[in-house]
Amino acid sequence: MNLILFTFIVLLGFTSYYFGRKKAYTIQSTKKRLTALPQFYGYYLAIWCAIPAFIIFSLWAIFEPTIVKLLVLNDYSNQGYLDDELNLIYEKTKALSRGQFTGEITPFIEASAEKYLSLRSIAQSSKVVIVLSIIIASVAYAYKRISSNSRTREPVEKFLNAVLFTASLAAILTTVGIVFSLIFQTIDFFKVIPLFDFVFGTHWYPAKAFVRDSSEALDPSMYSDTFGAVPIFAGTFFIAFIAMCVAIPIGLMSGIYLAEYASSKVRQYAKPLIEILAGIPTVVYGFFAALTVGPFLKELGTSMGLEVSAESALAAGGVMGIMIIPFISSLSDDVITSVPQSLRDGSYAMGATKSETIKRVIFPAALPGIVGSILLGVSRAIGETMIVVMASGLAANLTLNPLESTSTITAQIVVILIGDQAFGDPKTQAAFALGMSLFLVTLCLNIVALRVVKKYREKYE
Amino acid sequence: MIKIKAKDVDVFYGKKQALFNISLDIEENQVTALIGPSGCGKSTFLRCLNRMNDVIDICSVKGEILINDFNINDKGCDVVRLREKIGMVFQKPNPFPKTLYENVSYGPTIHGIAQSKQEMDEIVETSLKKAALWEEVKDRLHEPGTGLSGGQQQRLCIARAISVRPEVILMDEPCSALDPIATAQIEELIDELKKEHTIIIVTHSMAQAARVSQNTGFFHLGQLIEHGSTDKIFKNPDNKKTQDYITGRFG
Repeated sequence: MNLILFTFIVLLGFTSYYFGRKKAYTIQSTKKRLTALPQFYGYYLAIWCAIPAFIIFSLWAIFEPTIVKLLVLNDYSNQGYLDDELNLIYEKTKALSRGQFTGEITPFIEASAEKYLSLRSIAQSSKVVIVLSIIIASVAYAYKRISSNSRTREPVEKFLNAVLFTASLAAILTTVGIVFSLIFQTIDFFKVIPLFDFVFGTHWYPAKAFVRDSSEALDPSMYSDTFGAVPIFAGTFFIAFIAMCVAIPIGLMSGIYLAEYASSKVRQYAKPLIEILAGIPTVVYGFFAALTVGPFLKELGTSMGLEVSAESALAAGGVMGIMIIPFISSLSDDVITSVPQSLRDGSYAMGATKSETIKRVIFPAALPGIVGSILLGVSRAIGETMIVVMASGLAANLTLNPLESTSTITAQIVVILIGDQAFGDPKTQAAFALGMSLFLVTLCLNIVALRVVKKYREKYE
Repeated sequence: MIKIKAKDVDVFYGKKQALFNISLDIEENQVTALIGPSGCGKSTFLRCLNRMNDVIDICSVKGEILINDFNINDKGCDVVRLREKIGMVFQKPNPFPKTLYENVSYGPTIHGIAQSKQEMDEIVETSLKKAALWEEVKDRLHEPGTGLSGGQQQRLCIARAISVRPEVILMDEPCSALDPIATAQIEELIDELKKEHTIIIVTHSMAQAARVSQNTGFFHLGQLIEHGSTDKIFKNPDNKKTQDYITGRFG
């Protein structure tokens, strides 16, 4: 029903555009000069159609459920029900009206369900009538108003401005919302687990929290020595470090090769080929690391007399590094290419060789961009989940041995949130606390990256 | 005395020929101006003299260019040494994104000219003095060269070019991005520099060519139409085209 109504309104919008433009043409044909192009008259009418429709739809969406609920529950007032019980009755009513109710059907609920259905259908039809009549009225009003010297361009431009503003606002508000949901859950978590234990504890064993019977009261003392995040922070940075050890040299060198040495033909083919690496889903990297690289390293290590875990930080970090190569290579290629040719000419004209020019002139000039690309790579490494989950094991060992398995923030969030969770449980909230720390780390990285870039930019411009 | 002798130089960009049979002698310790309308090949010719056209993939140069009787288009020519001997100043000031000091010490460093820090300091100071920039910047040698004004930047580039004591300095429209005062300073400088260096300058300004140069070559559509002493070219050219260009009838 709503879909049909919506389609109808869209059609109405197109029709009003058509009529607005047509009226403009008619005015034009009487040799009068218009204040705007005919399309603007059309857009103007279409907006007069869209805005009232949008307002009424939103009002309906906000108020209809509340009003219907009030009216249905009106029958139960003065009978001494608690609010929770009333809510339960209402949920039952709705379930029954959809035919999904499985409990015992009482006459009261049956009556309520009927009332609910009839109220809904009244609401629905009145919505149709009101929306259509208001739209038609507003379009007709606007249609009568437009004339050769009415202003249509400015309102249309203002409307577009407002639409674009709303879009960017939506993105920002979503971010703010995510941050707030993280903050509140994190605060709840730290009410049970002391911040000190989380930040400095060296023992991470959230599985211990699984054994709690949820009917028992929460006893913070049983979580001592459970949520010490040091091993997973260490694991996160350790794996990211291994990844960057692979990605920075290879990425940077291939970027320099592409930008400075490769002929345009080689570059034309090599660059997309390297970028294909960036298009491989991380889960594919994950099983490459877990099933190919991990066992290979294990065999290699065993043959050399080393004890290597099949799921090692080295396997995960190494494959993660390969994943990050294209980011660094492609971005640094771009920044190196954008260093002005005049600087290269200046250096060559002084008799510098290619490598001297790169080392002494181009690299310093491109440094802000290169640092930016590296920091972007680091924040990808820290945020990467799938490879670690698959290839590095889930036990949070506190180790700096790349041949042992270790775990990261992201992998632990996955471990915690897989399967059943209860909200308000410290185990679930631990995931939020981890998410929050991850967010803070990447935020700091981004701030540092921006600072670095800005500092060098001031210096070099 | 003849410093540079170009014989039958042809330049191609891909299949398109940009210079046809250029033969031109450049006198030592004089200023030679190359003039001509845009796209006539004068900058291309200039870039032949220190093999800067090598940087452009599709560009190929044929013919002989003798500097001190040595053909620089020979296979045996070391481009690094060549460019040490032949400095270049570009149309747009292009100081490196480094400090003033590093800009000037760049050439001596890569050619290993200075043996000590003290020697390097001296080279930087003399180069900046010769480029008439020392007094303005001596207190901020360790600030970025990009912070200078356009005219100062161009003089910094000249200081950079003369820091390795080149025998020849090529200037590719060095004043086209500068205001009249900065232009006057550079022109004065060119007059000073010709005592120790041979200078070849590409310019769009007839007046500049007349002011600074002793010899002038007129290029048109990739050909050297006429060359000779500046006096003769400006007062009594042999060729009708040269006459027309100089009097502003075309170009």
